[in-house]
Amino acid sequence: MGAIRLEKVKKTFGTLDVIPGVDLDINDGEFVVFVGPSGCGKSTLLRLIAGLEDVTDGKIMIDGIDVANEAPAKRGLSMVFQSYALYPHMTVFNNIAFGLKMAGESKEVINEKVQSAAKILNLTDYLERRPGALSGGQRQRVAIGRAIVRNPAAFLFDEPLSNLDAALRVNMRLEITGLHQDLKTTMIYVTHDQVEAMTMADKIVVLQAGRVEQVGKPMDLYSKPANKFVAGFIGSPKMNFLGGELAAKHGCHEIGVRPEHLVVSTESGVIPATVKIAEHLGAETYLHVQSDEFGAMTVRATGEMPLSGNDKIFLTPEQDRIHRFDAHGLALG
Amino acid sequence: MEKKQTPLGYISFSAFAWVVGLLIFFPIFWMVLTSFKSELEAVSIPPSFISFDWTLENYVEVQERSNYFKFAMNSVILAVGSTLVGLVFAVTCAWAMAFNPTKRTKDALLWMLSTKMMPPVGVLVPIYLMFRDWGLLDTRFGLIMVLFLMNLPIMVWMLYTYFKEIPTDILEAARMDGATLPKEIIFVLLPMALPGIASTMLLNVILAWNEAFWTLNLTTSDAAPLTAFIASYSSPEGLFWAKLSAASTLAVAPILVIGWFSQKQLVRGLTFGAVK
Ligand SMILES: Nc1ncnc2c1ncn2[C@@H]1O[C@H](COP(=O)(O)OP(=O)(O)OP(=O)(O)O)[C@@H](O)[C@H]1O
Ligand SMILES: [Mg+2]
Repeated sequence: MGAIRLEKVKKTFGTLDVIPGVDLDINDGEFVVFVGPSGCGKSTLLRLIAGLEDVTDGKIMIDGIDVANEAPAKRGLSMVFQSYALYPHMTVFNNIAFGLKMAGESKEVINEKVQSAAKILNLTDYLERRPGALSGGQRQRVAIGRAIVRNPAAFLFDEPLSNLDAALRVNMRLEITGLHQDLKTTMIYVTHDQVEAMTMADKIVVLQAGRVEQVGKPMDLYSKPANKFVAGFIGSPKMNFLGGELAAKHGCHEIGVRPEHLVVSTESGVIPATVKIAEHLGAETYLHVQSDEFGAMTVRATGEMPLSGNDKIFLTPEQDRIHRFDAHGLALG
Repeated sequence: MEKKQTPLGYISFSAFAWVVGLLIFFPIFWMVLTSFKSELEAVSIPPSFISFDWTLENYVEVQERSNYFKFAMNSVILAVGSTLVGLVFAVTCAWAMAFNPTKRTKDALLWMLSTKMMPPVGVLVPIYLMFRDWGLLDTRFGLIMVLFLMNLPIMVWMLYTYFKEIPTDILEAARMDGATLPKEIIFVLLPMALPGIASTMLLNVILAWNEAFWTLNLTTSDAAPLTAFIASYSSPEGLFWAKLSAASTLAVAPILVIGWFSQKQLVRGLTFGAVK
């Protein structure tokens, strides 16, 4: 079991108020992703849950028991670090076995558990090697193996894939998703990567300056962002924000239109603009355009578009895809 | 960009290094030579270089007059003992400073080092009196305590520098794996810092072995190490240079041999972190 509940969790470093107070519910078996800009406190929040940092105030409940003052080991959680943090002086076998040894398991149990974890993670041939003799992907698998064998209530991942190259990252992403489907254990995953967040999460938590901006299913955040910050943060390229008369016509302070929800025409439309740069990716085309009224905008069009710099175009927002915001940046229904 | 080394520059650098090396080595070389001379030849002017009557009489006499092995045994016990006791304190201290630093950690480190700048003679009288009152004079235990305290700042400094190089993540991983603090230190930190710990221990053994101020002032016979053995050969009258040289050669020989075999380790440890 691994239901985690944060109640008014606060963290200050000296005078720096990093987490002013977070409430969050994570259900057993859920895959939760923390996203947010750099320095917003994602790692700090994860480390508070892990017990690697002490909370300044508040409760951390795991399956109904407050563990805020327990040592990390007592919480029954496993963590996978961005740097892998393998023990360089131990073989892969001993790296994976370390937690079991600390728990005082018998030799047979340790051997059995390590072998079965190694089998799941394709590490059987590397058990006698040191971490120094492994590739980045293999090291990450050892780190995951070390987390699995302890049979934790929840896994905590802090940007586990950011040291890997793009191709490997896709593979490992699928492996972790597969692992979650097999184990059905709660996972909390911190990432910078939009794609990871959207594809892996059951639930995304968007953080800014230590505050939870919105919690929800990936597609809910995409289609119904609660405020301008979430609207701008989820989705790539970023949403366009347009004010002025156009917004007034929609009865709000500002409207938001995603780059993929702008229709391009060379003859007529709502917003006249000039193409600055056209990026042709084959399957889609990114247009970086300049409009007299709204400044720089981004358009994401499907397929090939025979456009290049200085071409005049017209953009029209898809009516039912317009997000409306008030003067405080909050979304209007 | 690194400048390319010209052959001329290389040669002059090497020559300079050799000159410095020979200058440092010469006194030791001269001491060894003198130990094989007769007392008369040892003080003759001009000094004879190689062409003298090589003799072992000094070594024989030194052996007869005093028990080298008793002194050597004391040296070993004091050097190793103070190093082991020091290690227990220095490892825990450096762990706290490297992995749980506070605003005052740097100040504490500097303060520790500053105690090494004070001349030991400044605290000789109080320490002597304390030793006398507590019955610690001329005991190995007392000397181990003094030597370990004298070298503790250096041990903490060295270990702190090595520990700083170890990523905190790895220790945190051990914590997540359920390691208690002692286990985290013994099974994860120490093995990773092994080169640094080895060179810290070596340096400390050498420093303790060569320490002469406290060993001479606080011992008379029971706990007297090789420094006292050497000192006993200087006398206010008569010729003693050759015998003194023989005694000194015997005293430095063990540590020279250890140093020779561990020089690779020492250099690696002392330059740890300088190159990746
Ligand atoms: N031990 C610490 N002492 C003081 N300040 C800290 C400490 N750890 C983190 N902070 C501060 O807390 C804030 C949040 O840091 P945190 O590492 O949680 O951010 P993050 O969201 O994980 O960022 P990133 O995406 O760059 O990893 C930052 O401003 C950071 O400087
Ligand atoms: Mg982080």
